[in-house]
Amino acid sequence: MVLIPVAIVSGMGLIFGLILSYVSTKFEVKVDDRIEKVREALPGANCGACGFTGCDNYAEAIVNGSEINLCPVGGPDLVTRLSDIMGVEAKTGEKMVARVMCNGSWDKVTIKFDYDGIIDCRSASTMAGGPSSCVYGCVGMGSCKKVCAFDAIIVEDGLARIDEKKCSGCGKCVAECPKMIIKMIPSKSEYSVACSNQEKGAVSRKNCKVACIACKKCVKECPKEAISIIDMHAVIDTSKCDNCGACIKVCPTSAIMKYTGHI
Amino acid sequence: MKEIILIAIAAVFVENFVLSKFLGICPFLGVSKKTSTAVGMGGAIVFVITISSVVTWSVNEYLLKPYELIYLQTIVFILVIAALVQLVETVLKKFMPALYRALGIYLPLITTNCAVLGSALLIAEREYTLLNAVVFGFSSAVGFTLALLLFSGVRERIETNDVPMAFRGLPITLIAAALVSVAFIGFQGLFGI
Repeated sequence: MVLIPVAIVSGMGLIFGLILSYVSTKFEVKVDDRIEKVREALPGANCGACGFTGCDNYAEAIVNGSEINLCPVGGPDLVTRLSDIMGVEAKTGEKMVARVMCNGSWDKVTIKFDYDGIIDCRSASTMAGGPSSCVYGCVGMGSCKKVCAFDAIIVEDGLARIDEKKCSGCGKCVAECPKMIIKMIPSKSEYSVACSNQEKGAVSRKNCKVACIACKKCVKECPKEAISIIDMHAVIDTSKCDNCGACIKVCPTSAIMKYTGHI
Repeated sequence: MKEIILIAIAAVFVENFVLSKFLGICPFLGVSKKTSTAVGMGGAIVFVITISSVVTWSVNEYLLKPYELIYLQTIVFILVIAALVQLVETVLKKFMPALYRALGIYLPLITTNCAVLGSALLIAEREYTLLNAVVFGFSSAVGFTLALLLFSGVRERIETNDVPMAFRGLPITLIAAALVSVAFIGFQGLFGI
């Protein structure tokens, strides 16, 4: 009589299965199906730039009434799609990209010493400000590259550069850089002073071939008065700049760069 | 009546599942970080063990014994417990979502918790009556909760203390667990049980 145990065990399994399926339909937890839709629309990078711990949590927050334009990764497209799903209006934020305010690769600066430690900008910069002669410039160990979830940063010859087509504007690299030379810039603004040094012109000129020496030529040249000298280097006010390119022609050290997006 | 009281006291203190029989150590170490989750886990365990002792006792008495299928005890009990845990999970998700999230992975883990299966098997082995079985199941779960609660208190205090580097984390937790367990040896031989 081998059938009796088989019948008992399978019968019990059947009964439990029926009870469970009844209970699960009876006590079903209704999840707002918009959460699922919003979650699908979000990029899924889980970068945390919106201020929530991940795309899942932000999707939940959106459905519970949070702003829909907090995700810098998705950009204006995402906001339009989210406003379709949620039926609310939101002004699309300006697309921001990260830009490294330094152009001092190894051929332009002097190398003070051979750094042989951990490959990390923070670690390298604790040693006499890093191997580069300019202590304000890029350390070139690629800490920003490591935190970039979008593979938008390349580090070549001791200089990090950002592919602005790939950059989503999450700002992780800005927070990571120990020299604080990565800045968030509206992507429409094409010209930037690729230098952050705070030394006097003579010193910075000696440290780096493409340093801003605060000669003020661009300040005088700019028709929109968008350029000013802050901390011994020129800074372009992106809200005033109209991308005319007058400044780049007069810069004696080629410290002003035109950024066209792709590296 | 005296028998029931003795069973209850024995199950809570003398034969404490965690600290004397060393059953259900996984949630004991896993959920005891915070008192609030320990209470939640304890509640879930009490519920599951009490119901499972009724169901497994009936299954054992009316199905397994008459057909001489005692050898199927383990697999049948696991089936019952798994279904019960699933039921508890569905109900918790509906009515206490906060507790559901707090318990997290440990709720499904009750399925394979040896304390639950252990209590079912012990009840069958000792041939308790239904009332005794329920009392035993309930009080051993209460004993489990007590151990979990006491230990979470200990762990919360350890958290704020300056533990030597090498002992931080799991090592000091295991040492503390051993000491709490030693304390429960003091109940050994209580009332001649």
